[in-house]
Amino acid sequence: MTDLLTPAVAFEGVSKSFDNRAVLQEVSFAIAPGESLCIMGRSGIGKTVSLKLMIGLIKPDRGSIRIRGENIVGMNEDKLSITRRQMGFLFQSGALFDSFTLNDNLRLPLERFTTKSKGEIDSLIQKRLDDVGLGKDRHKMPADLSGGMRKRAGLARALILDPCILLVDEPSSGLDRVTAGEIDALLVSIKEAKKTTMVIITHDPFGARRVGDRIAVIDQGRLLAIGTAGDLERSESALVRALISEKE
Amino acid sequence: MTYDPIRQFKGYLDFAGKVGLFAVRAARRAVVPPFEGVMIWRGIEEVGWKSLPLVLASGFALGVVLTLHTRSSLVRFGAEAMIPTFQAVAFFNEIGPLVVGLLVAGRVGAGIGASLADMRVTEQIDAIEAFSIDSFKLFVVPRIIACVVSLPILTVFMDIAGLLGGYMAEQSHSHLSASLYLSRAFSLINWADFIPPTLKTSVFGLIIGVISCYFGYTTNEGSAGVGRASTNSVVLSSLLIILADVTLVKLIFFFFPDTAS
Repeated sequence: MTDLLTPAVAFEGVSKSFDNRAVLQEVSFAIAPGESLCIMGRSGIGKTVSLKLMIGLIKPDRGSIRIRGENIVGMNEDKLSITRRQMGFLFQSGALFDSFTLNDNLRLPLERFTTKSKGEIDSLIQKRLDDVGLGKDRHKMPADLSGGMRKRAGLARALILDPCILLVDEPSSGLDRVTAGEIDALLVSIKEAKKTTMVIITHDPFGARRVGDRIAVIDQGRLLAIGTAGDLERSESALVRALISEKE
Repeated sequence: MTYDPIRQFKGYLDFAGKVGLFAVRAARRAVVPPFEGVMIWRGIEEVGWKSLPLVLASGFALGVVLTLHTRSSLVRFGAEAMIPTFQAVAFFNEIGPLVVGLLVAGRVGAGIGASLADMRVTEQIDAIEAFSIDSFKLFVVPRIIACVVSLPILTVFMDIAGLLGGYMAEQSHSHLSASLYLSRAFSLINWADFIPPTLKTSVFGLIIGVISCYFGYTTNEGSAGVGRASTNSVVLSSLLIILADVTLVKLIFFFFPDTAS
């Protein structure tokens, strides 16, 4: 059972290592329903791992991960499958299925997990693509899209099942500031319209301030700081202040 | 670093075990719904339809070359009338099945290995798993089934193209009619010369599908792994096809003794 007091996502003492290299150590935080948390940190310190842990693509060595109150660690595949359907994941590169058109990329989860008719599916796909400005590109292959368009298509696919939690991996990577700003604006509009809980990995302090209600900074596997941009500007850690600074 | 043959042998056994388990997993997932008909059809299109021009061209050229070679030998013994028969027996029993296996291992094995590895590297497999869709069932099982189904069909086309090439070469020398060529070609051929060798290519398809999917699906080496998966798929599939062929020919002789005489 979930309510407004139950965190949408909660890490409790989560640790994860690969080949004896600790990526996350005893990390704990909670994200309220409808809140957006941006996770920042230097490259290669396990930010993407955090997202993959949240959706159960990898399992932690220790600790629990609660999605809307339910611990997904050790959850059986059937229950995990149901939990995952409450979540959307925008991968860093978009991760569109390259042998499918945009239409088929969005159609696949709808056909698998809903009882909608063909007409309903068609109109929902069109609406989602219109939402991200790709309504006219429905029958294009991913290879025919620019980097920004792929991100937007990936976002449309991540939102196709109306998830209540959206996980976003580096929405601005590889994009110019204008295009990155367009993606940020899309995320803000989704958050405001649907009250979607968001966890966003980013290196972009502009985007983090714009989209995130709070910002978390991870370094050397540990949660260094978490709070609003204003809180973090007053942090004693120079790294935290540097990461969220808008100065180049 | 010293060479340790025992350790290397254990490594081979470990690899063989992993590939075996991969094949068993594919077999078990293949009989559980949903059956991914659309993906299987796409696979057949990729493996079968797109390989057809290569198979037809190769079969035709091999047919011509084989006839040119056999003609020069058989003419010496006054046995040129046997050229069509020799051509048919050679193509149906061995050349067609084996060449199709090796051609498809090169074209499709490399493609499957590279495309699955690329899907792993570009997080497409993670993306499908994030939707709780079984990526193994969606991307691996249909490709293996497509290989198993497509190879016998391609072999039939290879045999036809080989006979056509042989006929064209023979016709240019002796002006033999098509009906006489065909009647001579099939004079010593019975179903046992055609069905078992053609169906054995399903085993070749299984080898190509399992090996190339294994290398592609399990890669974890980033973009370098894509090239490695592609190369390893072709090399190992080709080697195993040749080795499997020896066993399968012996089995065919055992179950269909007439084909050995």
